[in-house]
Amino acid sequence: MENTKKERFHKQCKYNQYVKQKSPKPNFFKNAIWAFLVGGIICICGQFIMNTLKVIGLQKEEVGTATSIILIFLGAFLTGVGIYDKLGKRAGGGSIIPITGFANSIVSPAMEFKTEGYIFGIGAKMFILAGPVLVYGFTSAVLVGLIYLFIGK
Amino acid sequence: MDYIRAFIVGGTICVIGQLLMDGTKLTPAHVLVLFVTSGVILTALGIYEPIVKFGGAGATVPIVGFGYTLAKGSIKATKESGILGAFTGGVEAGAGGVAAAVVFGYLMALIFNPKSKK
Repeated sequence: MENTKKERFHKQCKYNQYVKQKSPKPNFFKNAIWAFLVGGIICICGQFIMNTLKVIGLQKEEVGTATSIILIFLGAFLTGVGIYDKLGKRAGGGSIIPITGFANSIVSPAMEFKTEGYIFGIGAKMFILAGPVLVYGFTSAVLVGLIYLFIGK
Repeated sequence: MDYIRAFIVGGTICVIGQLLMDGTKLTPAHVLVLFVTSGVILTALGIYEPIVKFGGAGATVPIVGFGYTLAKGSIKATKESGILGAFTGGVEAGAGGVAAAVVFGYLMALIFNPKSKK
């Protein structure tokens, strides 16, 4: 029993080494540049939308929400027509981190699992990535509120 | 000028995410969750507000900004209406984005089919 355990461990180590050897090494510098450029450009688009909405005369808080809604629409649409995922292959974090990437993380699996039906396919799978984000976002926000209530005053 | 600041701040946040994905075993899902939670915590500590003031959309467009919106709404509503506000504030502040994400996400998934097979 002890022996097989050791053997298995040994095998696992060997396997891990093998995987490390074979898996392509990420090009840190190149990836970082791409992420910076694409992420930065998406934020410039966001800034442009914000400034435009301000000129139109929206309230300060409305501007933030409206900008998010527009960017989410764009992210979802570009994912639908297949442009966003092409961009994502190069941009990595630059396309994932902005709010457009959040929309992408909803549309992408939802389209993929369409064949499984409207409830368990689209309805359930669209939250495969967005679900955790909402769970942890909402939970931590409520906790922050509660903490503020008890010690913040 | 605000465009340059948005570019730099937004780009930097995305690079941090990219380096986390390349340098560690974290998947995009991990990074997204980590960034939202960080946004909430940093806002609660008062660190993120100055970054938003400086970077504008560069700070609010990344998913960290979603955490910022949630935490800000939560704290504001808690100030106004106590314990009930702690529960309603964050979700209320993020409601527009979440509803848009759900509705547009659903509609786009209905209309379009995945392109990867071509």
